[in-house]
Amino acid sequence: MTDRSNAAVLVLPQAGTVGARKILPMLLWVAALAIPTFAPGYTPLASQIVVMILFALSLDLLVGFTGIVTLGHAALFGAGAYTAGIMALRLTNDPLITALSGMAVAALVGLVTGSCMLRTKGLAFLVLSLAAAFMLHELANMATSVTGGDDGLQGVSFAPLLGVFEFDFRGQTAFYYSLACLFAAFLLVRRVVNSPFGWSLRGIRENDGRMRAIGCPIYRRRLAAYVISSALAGLAGALQAQITQFVALRSLSLELSGDVLIMLILGGAGRLYGAFVGVPLFMFAQDLLAKEDPANWYLGQGVILLVMTLFVPGGVLGLVERVRRSLGRGGRR
Amino acid sequence: MTAVVTILFFGVAYGMILYLISVGLSVTMGLMGFVNLAHGVFAMLGGYAAVTLMNQLGLSLFAALPLACAMVTVVGFVLERTLYSRLYGRSELDQVLFSMGLILISMALVRVVWGPLAQPVQLPDYLKGQSVVGGIELPTYRFVLVAFGTAVIVALWVIFERTLFGARIRAAVDNRGMAQAIGIDTGRLFAVTFGLGTGLAALGGALGADVLAIAPNYPLHYIVYFMVVVAVGGLGSIRGPFIAALSIGLADTACKYLLPEMGSVFIFAFVFALLLWRPNGITGKR
Repeated sequence: MTDRSNAAVLVLPQAGTVGARKILPMLLWVAALAIPTFAPGYTPLASQIVVMILFALSLDLLVGFTGIVTLGHAALFGAGAYTAGIMALRLTNDPLITALSGMAVAALVGLVTGSCMLRTKGLAFLVLSLAAAFMLHELANMATSVTGGDDGLQGVSFAPLLGVFEFDFRGQTAFYYSLACLFAAFLLVRRVVNSPFGWSLRGIRENDGRMRAIGCPIYRRRLAAYVISSALAGLAGALQAQITQFVALRSLSLELSGDVLIMLILGGAGRLYGAFVGVPLFMFAQDLLAKEDPANWYLGQGVILLVMTLFVPGGVLGLVERVRRSLGRGGRR
Repeated sequence: MTAVVTILFFGVAYGMILYLISVGLSVTMGLMGFVNLAHGVFAMLGGYAAVTLMNQLGLSLFAALPLACAMVTVVGFVLERTLYSRLYGRSELDQVLFSMGLILISMALVRVVWGPLAQPVQLPDYLKGQSVVGGIELPTYRFVLVAFGTAVIVALWVIFERTLFGARIRAAVDNRGMAQAIGIDTGRLFAVTFGLGTGLAALGGALGADVLAIAPNYPLHYIVYFMVVVAVGGLGSIRGPFIAALSIGLADTACKYLLPEMGSVFIFAFVFALLLWRPNGITGKR
């Protein structure tokens, strides 16, 4: 499969551009830490954004780096969310144990579905990913005694984090906790995509036939990426359950799978920071457009998608990169 | 006995609608390999056009159907020439995102024009109510639906299997490069096929307006069914999707009737297993 538009071009890290590229992200991380202090009213929204960034980041590993296009990523998010919620109601409401369990269950779901689905490609994979997510959605919808069905899981409360920090109504604990999880996940994903394993994933994305020819175990590599991505999506789901104290059936829906894909594409897939740019932009646009009429928001999303695919392949970050490159070329002349 | 006949009847009617809507998608995907998730949009537009022509302008059902069909064919043709054709040869991801965008835009526009609620179908009096066949009451309109659907399908098969146009499509599906080399204009062929496919989808949407309710979330709500019919039936085929659509129509009806709780889960589990066994569908290569 040739992919000349969306995938970030295979560029090895350049020594010359270290400056701004390293400092800017660091500043952003530090600035994020200050949100509860300087904009306390926005803390709950910021937590939501952090969780969605984590979810979109997990999808980036598949869509951006491995070239696996899935329409059912919400299945794994929902698996994590429902695991955390159901455990809190029935077993233990320790945040760390439930989050880890959410990750584990999502990874298991990813392993089971992925080991089947990844044997196919193209249309069959798309339909299988849709069907798998649809099945989980229907199961959660029907098992009302466990999942609350259409009403979702309500009144899920969690014990203080590490036994000390309570999930207060201002959402400070929730924010720092989810930001810490996102940071850990980011370090992990960065480590993964810059490892030889990560480069083999890019190779599979660019040309799986050649990778097979040089002896790369494609199926195993893709499955490994899928399971890692599933675990992170599950973590995002569990965090969502913990900070909102609620699990909605929507967390397994096709709409959510579509939303997260749009968020990632908006920022730019295959660039690590795409999720960090795309999610806030998406949420901001949603807030702006969905207030009056949901139709506006559908239209907005649709236009974003058409513009992105027709004119701005590579998302906002891809655009920034192209502008920088053309400026750099002009400067040298 | 009554249950069996009822399930068979409703299942066949449902399957025919699914087939009419999905067959165009199968052929166009087989021709150009374009992953078009937005095919349901054309079915929805057909439904809206027909319902509006009947309810607002007072046209009869049999005048509204071809008119709606023609209108949507034009829309499909224009969209193919202006937008779709820009994305041929692009990655699967781009095509998925592009067609998702079309779905969302169509949902928004339809919502603005017709409102968020499902459109009621006002059938003429002679099609309302039930007919009694062999002591079993069945809705009259579904008989018309099945008869009309059968006629269209037979015509479609004749075109596909017996005419030069059909032979060209089959040749291009089999080997596009070779077809081009012997002088078939595949670009034009595809545009015409795309238009025909959207027209059939519109017909399916219009005919099936009381099976699959015409509402703004239509293309998203039923997308799983259309995609499954195409994936299970196999790309570029018109026979495979027929078998797939009928099986899914029957199975879905039977499950809803006998096991309303677990119904759709069984079907999707089955589809899952089937696609693992035959990833290219029942008529595709192993």
